[in-house]
Amino acid sequence: MKAPFRIRLERRLHVSRFTQFVTLTLALLLAMLTIGVVFFALGVDPLFAYGRIFTGAFGSAYSLSETVTKSIPLILAGVGLTLAFRARVYNIGAEGQLLIGAIVASGLALNFPDWPAFVLLPAMFIGGFLGGALWAFIPGLLKTRFRVDEVLTTLMLVYVASEAVNYLIYGPWKGPSESGFPITERFSAAAQLPRLFNTRIHYPTLLLGLLVAGLIYLLIERTWLGYEIRVVGENPAAAQFAGISNWKIVLLVLMLSGGLAGLAGVGEVAGIHYRLRNPTGISPGYGFTAILVAWLARLNPLIAVPTAFLLGGLLVGGDAIQIALNLPAATIQIFNGVILFFVIGADIFTQYRIRIER
Amino acid sequence: MTLASPAAGSATVAPPAVEMRGIVKRFPGVVANDGVNLEVRAGEIHALLGENGAGKTTLMNILYGIYHPDQGEIRIKGRSVTIRSPQDAIRLGIGMIHQHFRLVATHTVAENVVLGLPGHFFLPDRNALPRIQQLSQTYGLEVDPQARIWQLSAGEQQRVEIIKALYRGAEILILDEPTSMLTPRETRELLAILRRMAAEGQTVIFITHKMDEVMAASDRVTVLRQGKAIATLETRQTDERELARLMVGREVLFRLEKTPPQLGPSILRIENLSALNDKGLPALRGISLEVRAGEIVGIAGVAGNGQRELVETLIGLRPASGGRVWLNGREITGAPPRTRIEAGVSCVPGERLTGIVPNMSVADNLILKCYRRPPIARGMLLDSTAIAAHSDRLIAQYAILTPSRRTPIKLLSGGNIQRAVLAREISGHPSLLIAAHPTSGLDIGATEAIWQLLLEQRKSGLAVLLVSEDLEEVLTLSDRVAVMFAGEIVGVMPAGEADLEQIGLMMAGAYRQPVGGAV
Repeated sequence: MKAPFRIRLERRLHVSRFTQFVTLTLALLLAMLTIGVVFFALGVDPLFAYGRIFTGAFGSAYSLSETVTKSIPLILAGVGLTLAFRARVYNIGAEGQLLIGAIVASGLALNFPDWPAFVLLPAMFIGGFLGGALWAFIPGLLKTRFRVDEVLTTLMLVYVASEAVNYLIYGPWKGPSESGFPITERFSAAAQLPRLFNTRIHYPTLLLGLLVAGLIYLLIERTWLGYEIRVVGENPAAAQFAGISNWKIVLLVLMLSGGLAGLAGVGEVAGIHYRLRNPTGISPGYGFTAILVAWLARLNPLIAVPTAFLLGGLLVGGDAIQIALNLPAATIQIFNGVILFFVIGADIFTQYRIRIER
Repeated sequence: MTLASPAAGSATVAPPAVEMRGIVKRFPGVVANDGVNLEVRAGEIHALLGENGAGKTTLMNILYGIYHPDQGEIRIKGRSVTIRSPQDAIRLGIGMIHQHFRLVATHTVAENVVLGLPGHFFLPDRNALPRIQQLSQTYGLEVDPQARIWQLSAGEQQRVEIIKALYRGAEILILDEPTSMLTPRETRELLAILRRMAAEGQTVIFITHKMDEVMAASDRVTVLRQGKAIATLETRQTDERELARLMVGREVLFRLEKTPPQLGPSILRIENLSALNDKGLPALRGISLEVRAGEIVGIAGVAGNGQRELVETLIGLRPASGGRVWLNGREITGAPPRTRIEAGVSCVPGERLTGIVPNMSVADNLILKCYRRPPIARGMLLDSTAIAAHSDRLIAQYAILTPSRRTPIKLLSGGNIQRAVLAREISGHPSLLIAAHPTSGLDIGATEAIWQLLLEQRKSGLAVLLVSEDLEEVLTLSDRVAVMFAGEIVGVMPAGEADLEQIGLMMAGAYRQPVGGAV
């Protein structure tokens, strides 16, 4: 008890936007400082590394186009997660739902290559949405019927989905004309999304993402269903009291967020790869980065668009420094992890006031 | 500002147990304590009286080391001390029982009692048992040390809190609104325990806003108003009227306009209703009751005798295991909550927080029961203009004090939150209102206002089922009183003919009205 001072947390009565902004900025700065130490330990000048990340992400027309390309799946999956998190349903398995979306879309593309594009592509998106939604329905069912924590089940199903992709590309869907590589045949032209000029921006998916962000925003803020979702998230007891079925809301937000992640998977196979390939090739962790997208956006689907762009840039810039500075491939994952850590940690400072007493 | 006069005749030789001088504590936007002086003599029961927000709890939180005062001095037994934390306070022999219990719901009583104490890492139950049982017996604090907290009623949980403080060797016991969740009998028992403790030289400070408790149990009383200590009086030399005036700052008139009931048709009919509690044991054993339009039927009883389960079963949160319920002649026994709401069941729930969504705005809370119906909903969309109009109307009509309809409802005072809940429930034009502990934790002014609102609703033809552990409330408001014990209704009588002694015996399970009495 001879401590010179003690630190005490006092709950803030009201959290202002200014406080939120300041703590978020500070969290990001601290995250960068921490990662700077990692860079330093790897023998790289942190400032130089940050400079390269920035120019690698936003410094040229090409890098900008790549950043936009990578932000497409982040928008779709991230927007879905804002919805789930608003209901305090912690779907952290968007990565798996994305892969299932990719599988369903690939199945349609490979089996019906002769369908016209205006039928096949919508069918792939609808199928991918349903696939992702059904994948998320499993943890939903487990949670609502048997009270199994969705954090565990959604995460574990990521690995199941990933192995399913592996099974398909090494097994039944392995392309005969791909000289033994574990990839499927290339999709027919009808199953390929158009791209913007000579970039990789598959703009139909981008437009879909922007539309979805707007729609989910309206759903949460302007409809009675969104009101129910917010009530369930804020106080399940009050929701029950008001006659809202918690389990219906939980299933709904899980399936919607899963479906949107599924759409992201469709975009990747139909817009980038034109085939099903190894899981990390389809998604370098978009589904996990989407958690960060949603959290940085303070669970606002509209703000998820810029945060997806920012984190898309981080992925592109991260690739750039991996190559340029010969850093391990996991560097960017450390990046994401550290940022998420600080952003969630910063919540303490928005919810509480820190007092130092002597 | 009286105080600090070392008593004219009976000069105390020993220094006061607690002396707080010039205590100032500011919170953003408010001065919770504005130069408060408090002197508590060793071995006395000292009441701290004041309305909600008067600064009572803040002052005691300072004494218990939860807050640090901005200014002021604290002396314990004459020695100047700095209390930095509850650990410091406990070491000085101060124990505090908060209004909202601080217990781990999934742990047992014994585990909670020894939580955080050294030497109880292994088998806390077994090691702590003898002393817990001894404390239990000495003070009549009956509770099963092996029970888990979530299985206990509020009254039982409070006993655990008291045992917890005594176990830590408290000599100065602070109780924050200790009777707000107790029945009259439990209250009497608690006050008896406090008096016995005081007789043995222990010092008791209790925070309250109920004058009858001050009169019944305290030796001296300090009245707080708006962060200032207004007066310290010998209880014997004052009366409820003077205390009320000091506390509110004006004359208080307890004048409720209660006209004879104008009975309408039968609204709620319960026949032989049974239900299980959370442990799967019978909580309701064949309840039969009728509530007619224009009357208030009050349910009196000690906490944990099935009142909560009855309310939950009636609003559809708990399935009935037997029996039937009709509303307006339509059976609703198995109906889900929403069907009941639409059929005209409204409810002001006991635990105030389950009725509201704390972080949401006042406006969003006011639509919780009507957000799916026009004019609030238009198709899938919510009409923000209609929401604004609806909430502004209720805020004005029910005089809800709030900076604006956009203010998060948790920032409102308890009385205003309860007004908002009541306003919302009544505004849907229900045929039945279930009011469960509608004024628990409210001060006199707010209680009076809520009572007035309930009587107005009765006059306009609403059927009201009032569930309360506050017997005064039940007797003041009800037209008929039903007494619940062990999941049964052991008697029903017109409130005018209610005999306090008889009700007391019924609540204790010692007497039961002969079968065939009016239901």
